[in-house]
Amino acid sequence: MNLAKELYRGIVKENPTFVLLIGMCPPLGVTNTVINGMGMGLATTAVLIGSNMVLALIKNIIPDKVRLPAFLVVIASFVTMIDLSMGAYVPDLHAQLGVFIPLIVVNCIILARAEAYASKNGVMASAVDGLVIGLGFTIALMIIGVVRELLGSGSIFNIPLLAEDATTILIFILPAGAFIAMGFLIAAINKLLKRFQ
Amino acid sequence: MADNKLPSTFFNMVLILTLISAVATVALAYTYQVTKEPRALVEIKKTEAALKAILPEFDNNPTDEKFTLPDYPQLEFYPAKKGGQGIGWAIKTVSIGFSGEVWIMVGFDVNKHILNTQVLSQTETPGLGTKMTQDKFQAQFRGQNPAEFKLMVKKDGGSVDALTAATISSRAFCEALNKAAKALEQGGAK
Repeated sequence: MNLAKELYRGIVKENPTFVLLIGMCPPLGVTNTVINGMGMGLATTAVLIGSNMVLALIKNIIPDKVRLPAFLVVIASFVTMIDLSMGAYVPDLHAQLGVFIPLIVVNCIILARAEAYASKNGVMASAVDGLVIGLGFTIALMIIGVVRELLGSGSIFNIPLLAEDATTILIFILPAGAFIAMGFLIAAINKLLKRFQ
Repeated sequence: MADNKLPSTFFNMVLILTLISAVATVALAYTYQVTKEPRALVEIKKTEAALKAILPEFDNNPTDEKFTLPDYPQLEFYPAKKGGQGIGWAIKTVSIGFSGEVWIMVGFDVNKHILNTQVLSQTETPGLGTKMTQDKFQAQFRGQNPAEFKLMVKKDGGSVDALTAATISSRAFCEALNKAAKALEQGGAK
C-alpha cells in the first residue's frame, strides 16, 4: 500500500466534504473559526480510525442482518470516549464545539467508511483509510474555517487581523454564510481538479 | 458479502450484539472512571479562577462556605471574607441565552454593588453572542448599584448597552445578573 497515494485519495480524490459531499452537518455547523474546524476534524478522525480498526477486526463475527446496530454501538462508544476525554483534557475546545461532538455518531462519513471499507478490508488498511479520510475532512473544515473566520470575524486562528471595531461581514459567521462559503469553495475546487486531471 | 461471516440466525444475532454491547460498556465505564477526576478538576479550577478574578482579595475558602437559597435553587453563593470580616459575595447565576444556558459568576461588595463579572460557560453564536465574554461589554457593569442601574438592555428600557446583533445574548446576561442581585437582596446579606 502506498501511503502517499492513500493520502491523495483521502484529501483530494475522495475528499468527503468537497468531492463526495457527505457528512455535511459539521462543515456547516462548526467552521466559523479555523480552530473549531480543526478540533472537529481531528475528533472525527480519531473516531474514524478507532471505529474502522475495531470493525475491520470483528467484521467476520457480525451477522449481516444486525451489522448496522453493531456498527453504531462501536461508533457511539468511540464518540463518547472522545467526548469524555476532550472534556477532561481540552475543556476550552470541548466547550466551544458543544453539542457537535456527540453528534459525530450520526456523521455519515463514519458509517459510510465502516460499510464501504472497514467491513471488507484488513485492520491496517482500515486504519489508514480512517486516517486519510479523516485528514481530508479536517483539511476541508479548516479551509472553510479560514474563509469564514477571515470574512466574518477578521481573524485567523483567533489572531485578529483587523482593528477591533472594524466592520466585518457578519453573515459569514452565521449558518447561511457557511452555505455561501461552501458553495463557492466546492465550485472552485471542482474547477481546479478538472483542470488538474 | 464474504461467505465466512457468521450466518444471521436468531441466536447469533443476539449473542453478537450482546457481546459487542458488553465490551462497549466496559470500555465506556473505564474511560468515565479515568476522566472523572480531570473533568471535576476543570470545573473546580474554573470556579476558583472566576472567584479570584471578580472578588477583592479574600483569605477564606468561599467554595467551602457556599450556600443556596430555597427561592433560587440554581444560584450558588460564595461568601468572601478577610480576617473573619465579610467583604463581599460571588454569585453563580444562570439564564437562557440564544442557544442554551449562560452561566455567569458575578461579584458584589458589601454595599451590594457589582464588582465584576465573568462568564463561566455559554454556547452563544460565535462572533456575536460570544462577545459577552469580552471586557468591552462587561466593563459597563462594574461598580454599578443594581438598585439604580437598571439591569436591562436599552431597547427594553434599561441601562445596558447591548451587543451589536446579539440582543438576546445581552438580555440573558442582564437577566442572570438581575437574578443574582434580587437573590442577594433577599437573603445573601445575612
